[in-house]
Amino acid sequence: MKCDNEGCENEATVHEVVIRNGKKVERHQCEQCARSTGMIQHVSPSAHELLAKVILPQAKEIAEGAGQKRISCPGCGMTIARFRQHGLLGCAECYTAFAQQLGPLIERAQEGATAHIGKSPKRTGGDAARHNRAAALRRQLREAVSAEEYERAARIRDELRTIENANGGRRGPHAPSADAGNEP
Amino acid sequence: MNAPVPNESGAQWLRSDGAEGDVVMSSRVRLARNLAGFPFPNAADNEERQDVLDLVTRAAAGAELAPNLVTLELARLPDVDRYALVERHLISKQLAHGDAPRAVILSSPDEWLSVMINEEDHLRIQAIHAGLDVRAAHTAADAVDDKLESRIDYAYSNELGYLTACPTNVGAGIRVSVMLHLPALRLTGDIDKVRRAVKDMKHTVRGFYGEGSDVVGDFYQISNHTTLGKTEGEIVDFMETQLAPTIIGYERKAREKMLNARRTHLEDKVHRAFGALLHARLLTSDEALEKLSLVRFGVLCGVLKGPDPRVVNDLILLTQPAHLQRVSGRTMEQGERTVARASLVRQRLGAAT
Ligand SMILES: [Zn+2]
Ligand SMILES: [Zn+2]
Repeated sequence: MKCDNEGCENEATVHEVVIRNGKKVERHQCEQCARSTGMIQHVSPSAHELLAKVILPQAKEIAEGAGQKRISCPGCGMTIARFRQHGLLGCAECYTAFAQQLGPLIERAQEGATAHIGKSPKRTGGDAARHNRAAALRRQLREAVSAEEYERAARIRDELRTIENANGGRRGPHAPSADAGNEP
Repeated sequence: MNAPVPNESGAQWLRSDGAEGDVVMSSRVRLARNLAGFPFPNAADNEERQDVLDLVTRAAAGAELAPNLVTLELARLPDVDRYALVERHLISKQLAHGDAPRAVILSSPDEWLSVMINEEDHLRIQAIHAGLDVRAAHTAADAVDDKLESRIDYAYSNELGYLTACPTNVGAGIRVSVMLHLPALRLTGDIDKVRRAVKDMKHTVRGFYGEGSDVVGDFYQISNHTTLGKTEGEIVDFMETQLAPTIIGYERKAREKMLNARRTHLEDKVHRAFGALLHARLLTSDEALEKLSLVRFGVLCGVLKGPDPRVVNDLILLTQPAHLQRVSGRTMEQGERTVARASLVRQRLGAAT
């Protein structure tokens, strides 16, 4: 990538991503121009390297996620900002809600691997995502019923039915004690 | 539901009678699992945690995980008992802390199995075997996993595998570790070779008590850190047939080198350590472990005729703070413990006074 500065033919080595008024502004300059425009003052080579390798990619990730910042996990209410603080997810559905942000992180931590090829649960391995959602819904349903929030319970029950019918009407297997026990 | 924490050492990792037992204390496999439909422990309230705890203990009882199971609800245990479980490597430090509902299910009295409930994940299924036998530990943990899974719904995704609270454990959710005793590599200064080899083979070196703990007494834990894109069998086999044997080879070579080329130096180290244990009046747990490590080494390579290796192994556990207090039958401040520890060690090693 060439330096942004007009007339400069140098390779851009200093990159900056700033969010201004919700818009992403990028600057790419060669080291010389970056110094004269004040983009960097006296950056030692190692600090410069750190900037390029560590801080900027993070800024970029945040910029890309800016539109998603307010997204919270439907399962547990976790936000990506809170995850970044503690490093722990709140529930299985977080993996779907934050798939875009988690993908690169997992790939880095797993040295390039992105897919599970090991063991799977014998009873429920076949349609796991549907199963996770159904289990969460059954739990929410139980809560709504015990809180006597019948309208909410009805909505949850509808969604649960849709999910359970999606697979030829077969009801997902589950531990009896985890069940809401509220068959219509 | 609560039963007393076992007192005498049935701990698998202290038996020293397993394969390659001169170097490998134990092999451990830990599986991270979560229940579908429940928030992970960090995001769950106490009611939800209690629900998980009840579901799992009921499933464990019904599935007959082992002939003799003991369930300990940690919030109801005194501090000293919780830390005794940490010292026995049956629970993590994290599980020992706090007031939230959490428990451990143990096989008693052999302690090969421990299932932690509401740690970082809902379930951490751990199987330990004496010596180098990662495959046996995996087979055991895997069977327990199957039995629980027949009664509990796990959070699982076809693409990412077992879903864990920390996204870096996702996939097989498996941690395979061996605990190694590497005194000769430390004495010859070649321990960095181990660190390099382990790093090159994409594994991690940890201290005596696992994650975040220091290396004391030349005891090292080596474990995998990637859990995605490989089968459990591949991860297990790599440890059992490649990484562990490589390091065992380094340690044996270093022991040979010391015995042949630096025998007097070695004898001096070992006898000094033994002498200190026989005569010390004040002993911290780190110093005890460090000296016991050298004495264990001395006995193994024939430089010391006594003490009985079992006595040395027992002391490795009994000199830890919580065990020391349990053996003494009272709680003690740190200063008091250093006196009691020195006295216990002298007594067990049969010192004159
Ligand atoms: Zn330029
Ligand atoms: Zn969530």
